[in-house]
Amino acid sequence: MAYIPHTEVERQQMLAAIGVTTIEDLFEAVPASHRFPKLDLPSALSEMEITREMAAMAEANEHAGDFALFRGAGAYHHFVPSVVNHTILRGEFLTAYTPYQPEVSQGTLQAIFEYQSMMCALTGMDAANASHYDGATGLAEAVTMAYEVARGKKKKFILSQAINPQYRDVVRTYHQGRDIELAGDDKPRTLIELADLLDDNTAMLAVSYPNFLGQIEDLTKLAEQVHNAGALLCVVANPMALGLFKSPGEMGADIVVGEGQPMGIPLGFGGPYVGFFATKQKYVRKIAGRIVGETVDGDGKKAYVMTLRPREQDIRREKASSNICTNQGLMSLAAAVYMSLMGCNGLKQVAKLNYHKAHYAAKEIDKIDGYKVLNEKPFFNEFAVKCLRPVEEVNAALIENGIIGGYDLGQDYAHLKDHMLIAVTEMNSKEEIDLFVEVLRSMA
Amino acid sequence: MVAIEQTELKENEPLIYDKSVPGRIGVNLPDCDVPESELPADLLRDDLEMPEVSELQVVRHFMRLSHLNYSIDQGFYPLGSCTMKYNPKLNEDMARLPGFAHLHPGSDDESSQGALALMYTLQTWLAEISGFEAVSLAPAAGAQGEFAGILMIRKYHLDRGDTKRDKILVPNSAHGTNPATVTMAGFSVIELPSNEKGNVDLNALRTVCDERGDEIAGMMITVPSTLGLFEEPILEVIEIVHNAGGLMYMDGANMNALMGVVKPGELGFDVMHYNLHKTFSTPHGGGGPGSGPVGVGDKLKPYLPGPIVDITEEAESDDDAPLYGLVMPEKSIGRLKAYHGNFGMHVRAYAYIRAYGAQGLHDVTRHAVLNANYIRANLLETYKVPYPRYCGHEFVLTGKVEGADDIHALDISKRLIDYGIHPPTNYFPLIVPEALLIEPTETEGKEELDNFIDVMKKIAEEAKTNPELLHDAPHIAPVRRVDEVFAAKQLVLCCTPVREAIGS
Repeated sequence: MAYIPHTEVERQQMLAAIGVTTIEDLFEAVPASHRFPKLDLPSALSEMEITREMAAMAEANEHAGDFALFRGAGAYHHFVPSVVNHTILRGEFLTAYTPYQPEVSQGTLQAIFEYQSMMCALTGMDAANASHYDGATGLAEAVTMAYEVARGKKKKFILSQAINPQYRDVVRTYHQGRDIELAGDDKPRTLIELADLLDDNTAMLAVSYPNFLGQIEDLTKLAEQVHNAGALLCVVANPMALGLFKSPGEMGADIVVGEGQPMGIPLGFGGPYVGFFATKQKYVRKIAGRIVGETVDGDGKKAYVMTLRPREQDIRREKASSNICTNQGLMSLAAAVYMSLMGCNGLKQVAKLNYHKAHYAAKEIDKIDGYKVLNEKPFFNEFAVKCLRPVEEVNAALIENGIIGGYDLGQDYAHLKDHMLIAVTEMNSKEEIDLFVEVLRSMA
Repeated sequence: MVAIEQTELKENEPLIYDKSVPGRIGVNLPDCDVPESELPADLLRDDLEMPEVSELQVVRHFMRLSHLNYSIDQGFYPLGSCTMKYNPKLNEDMARLPGFAHLHPGSDDESSQGALALMYTLQTWLAEISGFEAVSLAPAAGAQGEFAGILMIRKYHLDRGDTKRDKILVPNSAHGTNPATVTMAGFSVIELPSNEKGNVDLNALRTVCDERGDEIAGMMITVPSTLGLFEEPILEVIEIVHNAGGLMYMDGANMNALMGVVKPGELGFDVMHYNLHKTFSTPHGGGGPGSGPVGVGDKLKPYLPGPIVDITEEAESDDDAPLYGLVMPEKSIGRLKAYHGNFGMHVRAYAYIRAYGAQGLHDVTRHAVLNANYIRANLLETYKVPYPRYCGHEFVLTGKVEGADDIHALDISKRLIDYGIHPPTNYFPLIVPEALLIEPTETEGKEELDNFIDVMKKIAEEAKTNPELLHDAPHIAPVRRVDEVFAAKQLVLCCTPVREAIGS
């Protein structure tokens, strides 16, 4: 076995040093009645055979490598520059442990510090942590943080229904054991209607930017209303949109969370992704998860280290606000490399490509009889379309033409039956968009 | 060559922001091939403080940063509780197969049969390895698996109208995530003492179950314990808690000691999490991503976090494949993250299990335990080993040297860096003063272990003859010991250009 180096001679030498005759002797503490059960697993394969078997499994999937993809709804097919993958494949990053020993982890630590810096810039916040599992858990942790900021005295949390439905599910899973009220997402509400729900008992109000249907709205007024009520504004942001649009910080957000996947991380059937979490300096001691700070070493040389450690579970134990330990470190490195390559101009350019292509697609689709684009306000790279037929039928016709169609909004929103959420990114060529439109037209 | 590299390591690598030159870019993007639309001027941002650098600058920057790290690919990582074993390169390639890497997570079931078949199979294998009825791959990391487990226990009791149970028993040797998880789920912790053999104190357990049995929702316990010791009276522990009406949670962080040795489900555990990034070799990535599937017995099966993969249409014949689909278990505690777990880690774990097979996985455990006991046996005379019994895949020793009173576990740890070895986990478990928790894993050969043993003995000598050498260690690392207090005091969490741009 290539992964276990021991020879029989070495095993015998080692057993002699320990003072036993067989390896089995080392397991005497395990109850004999249950010791050494049979494992019913297939027998081992060679590297060559594994590759063959798994390649066949991979090819059984209809994926964005072979199909034109117009599905987003929280996970997006964007271009990933080669440098990103080459960097995260370097063993020095890939096979390193959590940087608890800063002297031998400066590479990881500085990369996280740079990631934090870039996320602060992108979101307009003062401080970002080293990552959460994904955007959804980032939102769930924002609820915890707002609860802590209000010292547990405010119990109401307002969520817009236009936040990704899965994110709202995750918030409910996380907080089922906590005495709080989640309000606002029972029906569609405008920002004004959401603000009407604010009261003295409200700890946080959360909206999505762009929202789940792709729309971008100015949140400045909402932020004022939230602050007047003594609550925090949490914005679930798509980082790709922030290359072009106003940062949530500029509009008054207190917490910005979201899914970092669009920045350098492939679709990968849902993970590993990276949840970003950024907030204002005054709340930094309430953030969950790892944070890297700048410091000096014994010689006075600049160095980086995980800081504010007493917040974390391994030190604070049952008094910690979150149990998070392992995060998405390597994925935050991917995002940092991506943002470094793009820079401000690249991020803006990619965001514009998304915007223009999505708007071109929307205009062309809107021209077809029986299809109507729902979005009246500005949108980024995603929009909702009322279809002539059930979304399932439309998608079946699209896949016949090598296209993976949009997301069926009817599965989450009763009032959006037969509505398709269509995502268009820089990866979709004009030819793909035109073909998409053509197939829809043929079904009109 | 070596000298040059070491000089290079001594220099700071500037921040990527410090290399920024306005106008540079690190990637070539295509022109827009569609007619442009008007942008909403009032919603656009004015500036964005990002570095502007060329592609080569980015490559060199991160390459240089990588040189400042220690990693498994470079050397020995005897890091207890974290199972830093070799991460096979093949697994990285498998995760990057286009059919996995470019598969949208919102794909219809019919479009993702390959990925779903892989998840279904992995669920089945993990269930078999630990003797459970069912497995959910949803949790993103061990801590999330723990959280799922405690939420399932909570819901199980509530569904039976048993509303008084809000306490979870946790031994004082537990990982910090255990008590933190309990609090997150809205429960509180009753801490249990350990005895001189490293087992849970059975008398204390009996007393608390007799006196407050109707408040006990369950118990979380790590097997083998965080001391690396198999809980000798484990069957009694399980029986006492079950008799009190509580359920048993096993922290599976130490599964590397158990494969083919014992199945936790058969011992009577009701729920357990696996760490794919420990036992099943998915890389730690400098802190993540992980993956923390949960396995359950029949009581908790309906409560599993979802979605899980099930067969939604049986195969018509033996030659056909069934249809797999994502389903939400009947009384699920809900969704833990968007989509269905860290799928890329599932792919790697699948490849890993496939490479070993049943006997191979048992061999993993046999050699992990052999390695740990070999080091332990060779250091018994040099360091104090608090528990006089064979260990599992790891063991704890006291990081003190007789005749060198001012030397601590931290000094020994940092001195190991100078010898090219990553420090063991130190000051954990909390119940052993000056603890050094050593876990070699099965992928290290005898010569690597012998070198470590020699180095540990040499450091014990140095502690007596030249203690300053240890106090000042590390000497050859990219930085000396860093000032954690100063970091927390100045709280610089992002770099200067960004701070100035935000105006804070």
